[in-house]
Amino acid sequence: MTAVLQLLVVVLTAPLLLGVITRTKSLVAGRSGPPLLQAYYDLGKLLRKDSVLSSTTTWVFLAGPAVAVVAPLLASLLLPLAGPRAPLAFTGDLILFVYLFALSRFFTTAAALDTGSAFEGMGVARELTFAALAEPALFFGLLALARISGSLSLSSLLTVDGASWHRASAALVLIIASWFIVLLAENSRVPFDDPNTHLELTMIHEVMVLDHSGPAFGLILYGSALKLFVFSALIADVVLPRTGISLADAAATLGAVLVIGVVVGLVESSMARLRLVRVPQLLIAASLVAGFAVVLVLR
Amino acid sequence: MNRTFLTRRNAEPAALADVPLVQIDVFRTAVLDAVRDECRVVSFFAREVVDAIELVAVLADETTSELGFVRSRINEDRFESLTPECPQVQLFEREIAEQFGIEPAGHPWLKPVRFQQSWRPGHSVFGETLPGVTDFFRVEGDEIHEVAVGPVHAGVIEPGHFRFQCHGEHVFHLETALGYQHRGIERALIGGPSAKTIHYMETAAGDSTIGHTLAYAQAVEALTGTRVPARAQVLRGIALELERLANHTGDLGALSGDVAYLPAAAACGRTRGDYLNLTAELCGSRFGRGFVRPGGVLFDLPADRIDALTERLQAATRDTVDSAALLWTTPSVIERFENTGTIDTDVCDEIGMVGVPARACGRGIDVRHDFPFGVYRFVHIPVMTAYHGDVNSRAFVRWLELQRSADFVAQQMHRLPATPVRADVAASLAPDSIVASLTEGWRGEICHVAITDAEGRFARYKITDPSFHNWFGVALALRNGQISDFPLCNKSFNLSYCGHDL
Repeated sequence: MTAVLQLLVVVLTAPLLLGVITRTKSLVAGRSGPPLLQAYYDLGKLLRKDSVLSSTTTWVFLAGPAVAVVAPLLASLLLPLAGPRAPLAFTGDLILFVYLFALSRFFTTAAALDTGSAFEGMGVARELTFAALAEPALFFGLLALARISGSLSLSSLLTVDGASWHRASAALVLIIASWFIVLLAENSRVPFDDPNTHLELTMIHEVMVLDHSGPAFGLILYGSALKLFVFSALIADVVLPRTGISLADAAATLGAVLVIGVVVGLVESSMARLRLVRVPQLLIAASLVAGFAVVLVLR
Repeated sequence: MNRTFLTRRNAEPAALADVPLVQIDVFRTAVLDAVRDECRVVSFFAREVVDAIELVAVLADETTSELGFVRSRINEDRFESLTPECPQVQLFEREIAEQFGIEPAGHPWLKPVRFQQSWRPGHSVFGETLPGVTDFFRVEGDEIHEVAVGPVHAGVIEPGHFRFQCHGEHVFHLETALGYQHRGIERALIGGPSAKTIHYMETAAGDSTIGHTLAYAQAVEALTGTRVPARAQVLRGIALELERLANHTGDLGALSGDVAYLPAAAACGRTRGDYLNLTAELCGSRFGRGFVRPGGVLFDLPADRIDALTERLQAATRDTVDSAALLWTTPSVIERFENTGTIDTDVCDEIGMVGVPARACGRGIDVRHDFPFGVYRFVHIPVMTAYHGDVNSRAFVRWLELQRSADFVAQQMHRLPATPVRADVAASLAPDSIVASLTEGWRGEICHVAITDAEGRFARYKITDPSFHNWFGVALALRNGQISDFPLCNKSFNLSYCGHDL
């Protein structure tokens, strides 16, 4: 029951998060902006379209979008979003969580390289460089949480109770800060990437999917919404206390995720993109912050 | 300007016979000497005469406000290139080679400009060409990769091809290949002016409609001896500055959008529309079509509208200036703008850059100031400069200029002289004459040179858009830069593709 509820929340509300971010940005800029449900309309439009497939591509090209949807969906099952236990939980599932995203990245980049385009190769080089730098931040955070909770399963590790907050509040705040930076980087948001840009030479993630169209592109769009939702839910899990009532917990998670969407929108409204050469510096800083959280809980 | 040249003021006609016709080596020395003495080549082109090709050079001397003319005839299909000693003529020489099949021998990088066929059948330097199909400078090495962008872009912009030689994110070299927008305007103008001529001018570079039509109108007025009524002069100035306001505002918004900084992007996008609407109030077209005509302007500004328009102008300017000011106080924006796409002042001089990019390098060149025309002979707009030659300077110059332009427009709207807005223009142009007409469009110096034949028809009409001078600057600005900074850098120049391709 809990599993179904959790899956429903993730599958149905993920595109709403994109709408919340866009709406926040529009309001701050003094525009009315597209409807909140625009991402759903876009998905509906793309799924009804035809695809153009380059003759140089192989099955890898279509595997990219498929894995990009499946991987974050599986990862979401490892998070306790509606209730104290995730639908899937076992000791060491945190490794699977992180590498599900790596798997998805492998297929997305392979699909990009499959087109043989110079642009997409450039995007792949950027994506992989930045992903490698974001990974330590994620792991340091998980390590610190594992130490605080004494568990190696996301279900218990992410259920941070009042006592843990009391004991390790500094470390937890550092983890949240670091993960928020990772969230922005992993989901190609400002200041790392600009999801709205049409300038192919500045793109990181978008440039890799330039050749996808129709339903395949729809899957990619949906996959990135899922990924953003899962990352936001990961942070929400650390912040939120748990009641044990599935429905209440699911609602709280959804609320927190949308609040994170608003925060992302505010960040995007208030600063410019980083120069590409500065991106690694910010990511290393995020790793250091998370690393410092580990130091704090080890003393 | 040395004595080989015939000198004239901006839009002052001369009899063609008075322009010194010298041997090619004298011509060459005269131009090189003048450039060494800090004159600039504003136009350099060829035309067909009986049994020969005539080269015409027009140089500008800012210190004396004089334009110098010199010409030379060549009977063979080659002449010694000036480019090795004077890089600012490189594109002009490539154009001459392409249009007339004459080889500038010793040109270091002789390639087609617009991939058009030679105007003289049987005389061709490049043979049959296709746009973008040409040699590109290549850097060799295992770790070098080449990135080709365009002519089809991911956004809705004009077509142009860019070839980068990169090492990772680092750009060693950028080469541009344009010509996709070539419409054959210059050839179509020969034999004119006709009913079509003015429309070619309005669309030579569609976003500089006022700038180009004004240059054309001045040329025709000079060749017919027309005196333009004072009210029309002021209205033309207002239209030209409104065009500058709209485009500078649009550019600031676009620069801000390129670095994903939304507040200024959204506000400038909106106020650009306000300025375009003001132009529409003048003449019914947001882009100033159908306003400037030889002899004056087609529409008057009714006195009862002036207060309302001034109010709208000032409200738009307040919003633009305030929101763009955020750019100079937001650290993340400054970090992107500063030291991106820097052009040295020396390089700027050497390649003959004009307009906003040149003023951003500290070069105070501005046709409104150096070769005053129309209303600018009576009302001076301060020349705005910056000193670093980077994206930040180019953006800042635009921000300063739009404030001066807004002041000018607000002031002049209340000082409209009570004269008609149009004078009659004689039906035929002075025969066997030449005139160079310069205006300062929002991008920079627009130069039109008209040469008439014995019947007073255009024997040659040469249009030089500021983009023609500045495209080489974009390529040099990217050297040793980051490939991801190209769009920002390109936008900070915001050059015209169709103005270059004609």
